[in-house]
Amino acid sequence: MLFIDWTIVIEKFVLIAVVVFGSLGIAMYSTWAERKVAALMQDRRGPNRAGPFGLFQPLADGLKLFMKEEIIPTYSAGFLFILGPCLAMITAVMTSAVIPWGDKVHFFGRDISLQIADINIGILYVFGVVSLGVYGIMIGGWASNNKYSLMGALRAASQIISYELSMGIALIALLMLTGTLSLKTMVSQQMDHIWNIAKQPLGFLIFLVCAFAECNRTPFDLAEAENELVAGYHTEYSSMKLGFYLFAEYINMFISSAVMVSLFFGGYDIPFINDAHLLQHVGTNWMAFFHIICLLGKIICFILFFMWVRWTIPRFRYDQLMNLGWKLLIPLALANMTITGVIVLWHHYGSPF
Amino acid sequence: MEALTNRVKPVDRRPMSFLEKIYLPAIMKGMSITFGHIFKKRPTINYPEKIRPFSPVFRGLQILNRDEEGRENCTACGLCAVACPAEAITMEGAERKLGEEHLYREEKYAAKYEINMLRCIFCGLCEEACPKDAIYLSETFAPANYQRKGFIYGKDDLLIPDPKTEPEAYAKAKGNRANKETVK
Repeated sequence: MLFIDWTIVIEKFVLIAVVVFGSLGIAMYSTWAERKVAALMQDRRGPNRAGPFGLFQPLADGLKLFMKEEIIPTYSAGFLFILGPCLAMITAVMTSAVIPWGDKVHFFGRDISLQIADINIGILYVFGVVSLGVYGIMIGGWASNNKYSLMGALRAASQIISYELSMGIALIALLMLTGTLSLKTMVSQQMDHIWNIAKQPLGFLIFLVCAFAECNRTPFDLAEAENELVAGYHTEYSSMKLGFYLFAEYINMFISSAVMVSLFFGGYDIPFINDAHLLQHVGTNWMAFFHIICLLGKIICFILFFMWVRWTIPRFRYDQLMNLGWKLLIPLALANMTITGVIVLWHHYGSPF
Repeated sequence: MEALTNRVKPVDRRPMSFLEKIYLPAIMKGMSITFGHIFKKRPTINYPEKIRPFSPVFRGLQILNRDEEGRENCTACGLCAVACPAEAITMEGAERKLGEEHLYREEKYAAKYEINMLRCIFCGLCEEACPKDAIYLSETFAPANYQRKGFIYGKDDLLIPDPKTEPEAYAKAKGNRANKETVK
């Protein structure tokens, strides 16, 4: 028609739709899982009225949020007030573009790769978009015209940028080992080989702590602590705008788990099974299905871990948090990077002695 | 500074060991405790399918009593209205006509008997004041309602079912009050 390859456009469009709706669905049921897990750990039952085991509870919550009255404070900065949650949601969903969900499927005679964009700066793109996510919080806090929201937004922004540094440095050590930024290549390096967690345990620990801080998740959730700043940067929001902020946090959690699994735990590699042999037995499409199930299983384990930690540990005070980020994690990440560098060079050039 | 009592205990102020300073072993221990709680038995019950039983002297909704032949006990004497500290009971008396002997015990009965549940404090003083064993507090709650006038319970809301016409409902409404038939 117009010299555009329509098949690629449709293929990518369908993939994007599936990934976005999938992550929205998983974020929705993360809220259900959060309440159930919290209840189980606190000797009670959690929602079990709306549908069997309370499975329709997220639908009820979503409906409630839509039905609430949209309150926009008179003195808030109009356009920015609405932009804040939108930015948070957009950046949360945009990061899902580079995660490899599986290898490839074979439909209609074509090989469709299950990654929306296999750019060769994969992980750097994720970092860039996560940094943009800070804007969503800052704009939300500023546009609320409320000094407590502003304080909450400032705290959240400073927390995120402090922990991004150590996340990046911990990642550099990993990149020295893998030699590539593309997530797909990293996953295929870990298929049927040793996972990166065994090569970089300290790096994983630092990355994990920083992922908690990036998602504003306990123990780092003073930006939205209920008993400290009313509700922090989302005090003045009601109805679906608040829903967007809360949802963006769950989507962030999901995507952070996906990134951690892809980097350190082998992505969609099924553990203890030789995937190459299995591929010859079952064929491409079934293999892709198993890969996706395996990846989702690992991500769910991580999400449950996030929730487990939330309901165990009390939250940090602001100065303790900054102390941890700057005075402990950055030197530790730097030390990790230096030691990894030394070992890589030793391995490469033989002993210098 | 001297200690104020002799029950002073020395506080452990040793500096934290390395394992304590990194917090990770303590976090792991806390997480294993939380994990253990997932598998413990929960004390929550699924209300309203299961209800925790009340004691026999629980003071719930009022019930206007009848005797075994089905005649209403209440004679509209007004002692319960006087005894009520919240002034929740109002009544109007009426005279028993010739054909109504099977309905009412005595010659005077309560034509209109209303309890305002929003005022009632469920103290049970009306039960203690009644000379005819005509009102007592049962085990049910006062259910919720959307409007104020739904809370003013009239005689047909409060009266116990007739033992002649509906014996099972009568027995169910009597509950285990037979156990607390004290002397009046």
